[in-house]
Amino acid sequence: MAVVLPLAALVFALTVLAVKAWPAIIVNGWGFLTGSTWNVGSSYGATVSTHGVAHPMGSSYGAWPLILGTIQTSAIAVVLALPVSIGGAFALTERMPRWISRPLGFAVELLAGFPSVIIGLWGILTLGPFLAQHVYPPIADHMPDVPVLRYFRNPVGHGEGLLTAGIVLALMIVPIITATTRDLFGQVPPLPKEGATALGMTDWEVARRVSLRWVRSGIIGATVLGLGRALGETIAVFMITGSIIRVAPNIYSPMSTIAATILGQLDGAQTDGTGFAVATLAELGLVLAVISVGVNLGARAIVTRTGRLGGPVGRG
Amino acid sequence: MVATPLPRTRRRRAAEVAFRVATYVALVLVLGPAAWILIGVIARAVPHWQWSVLTTTGTGTTGGLRAEILGTLILMAGVLIIAGSIGVFAGIHLAELARPRRSGKESGGFLRTASDVLSGFPSIVLGYVGYVALVVGLHWGFSLLPALIILSIMVIPYIAKSTESALRQVPTGYREGAEALGMSTGYSLRKVVLKSAFPGIVTGLLLALAIACGETAPLIYTAGFSTKVPLSLTHAQFPYLTYPIFTFYNQPSQEAHNLAFDAALILVVIVLVLLVSSRVIVYRTERFAEARK
Repeated sequence: MAVVLPLAALVFALTVLAVKAWPAIIVNGWGFLTGSTWNVGSSYGATVSTHGVAHPMGSSYGAWPLILGTIQTSAIAVVLALPVSIGGAFALTERMPRWISRPLGFAVELLAGFPSVIIGLWGILTLGPFLAQHVYPPIADHMPDVPVLRYFRNPVGHGEGLLTAGIVLALMIVPIITATTRDLFGQVPPLPKEGATALGMTDWEVARRVSLRWVRSGIIGATVLGLGRALGETIAVFMITGSIIRVAPNIYSPMSTIAATILGQLDGAQTDGTGFAVATLAELGLVLAVISVGVNLGARAIVTRTGRLGGPVGRG
Repeated sequence: MVATPLPRTRRRRAAEVAFRVATYVALVLVLGPAAWILIGVIARAVPHWQWSVLTTTGTGTTGGLRAEILGTLILMAGVLIIAGSIGVFAGIHLAELARPRRSGKESGGFLRTASDVLSGFPSIVLGYVGYVALVVGLHWGFSLLPALIILSIMVIPYIAKSTESALRQVPTGYREGAEALGMSTGYSLRKVVLKSAFPGIVTGLLLALAIACGETAPLIYTAGFSTKVPLSLTHAQFPYLTYPIFTFYNQPSQEAHNLAFDAALILVVIVLVLLVSSRVIVYRTERFAEARK
């Protein structure tokens, strides 16, 4: 009985979302995935009916800025976290004695278990202002006005926004990737490494040509799992992005993600007497669920079986 | 680990030095923020810390955190009972009862995948499902019961997985010995296998509790918030520690800020106690296992 519960919960969750979202799916259509306006409509005005579904006059929903924002923050997080995690894991396994690396490894696992609301609090009150005052201005001032790099130019704002959220998400997934990569490095058999060293390879060459090759699929799997965490992270992102539903004009500007918007729009959605706003949030949840489950199954297909129990990971 | 000597050619030497420096820099980047967060929370909470915060009931954004602390402890106890029992049974099923089929493929693979997918499911979406189905659908209102159900669903996959891997690490010799003594499968499972897997199972439970007490997003959608602990399972909003952290920090009053950091400090202490005790169990078990060899 107990063992079918996760499957039942998963099916139940997706069914509830799909049923609840159905009116919104019919009215919003494919434009929901590509449109950029987010207008709950007038709650005082007349109710209109489209395809037999009642919704407030003037309501129009396009989730593209949120979908893009989710992908952007998660992509920044993975790009920042991956090299740091691999380097850190390498330092832990190959560069220090066991009596140092064990407590340090525990500290990494501790960070993975840290409540995300506390990381969010620190991100908005400490890290964000610090970055906006000391780190972003020198970068923004020296970026040339050419495509791509233009995205890094002023204004840097106050530290609430896309890049800060990406950095905080990176902090949250670094422990996941580091802990897994450390375990994977520990499983590389010593003989190929010793053989490579005997042939005159330096530590860097052994790491690049032997160890990393050996654990590549495992690292890809851990990264994709970290990506899954980043996509669904809510509280910290909500606190740090500034929660503005728009496509970020530059990399420092406030924006929002799917998860943060679901959190932020509940109060407002309840005031929509037709229930259409709640249905639209369900559709948004369905989009996030599909992305997240897809990423998870993709990771599973890449790493057929690592069998490792991940550390505790806060998700809220 | 002894570092290999540096190579002779300049390019390889430069690459090697850069690599060694980069690994240490990376380690600092991994550990630095953890220390920064920990010190940041302590430094902002300790100067105005008063023990009365633990015992005073709050009113709005002033007073203490008694109800929130009690609420979080009740949530943890509930999750331990609901998710603990279901998760451990699910793990036992996956490890012991889902026998290898004749084709060589293990049964239970589909269920295991579902469990893993659920553990990566966005918590806010689960919270939203709880809101739509339980809070509104069943007319329970924001209250303890929907919060407990959603939190439990979130952590059951972790508990199932840690239980499964703890059971799989029990040496085959134990099972064979139990069978040779004529024990039935159920009896040997209870008396031999579960006993030696016990530390691993407890570790998993502690980690799951650490996750549960730090959750915010799904609780906002299911528990609501209150400044007193209600005596009913439904129809009464329920307090928890992460809420003041999430909402009080951008209130105008200094007292609200202080409370946010007090709550953060208490939460950090709870999480640290859970994580450190799980680590101590692992460490002691490992030492015991090594001594036995």
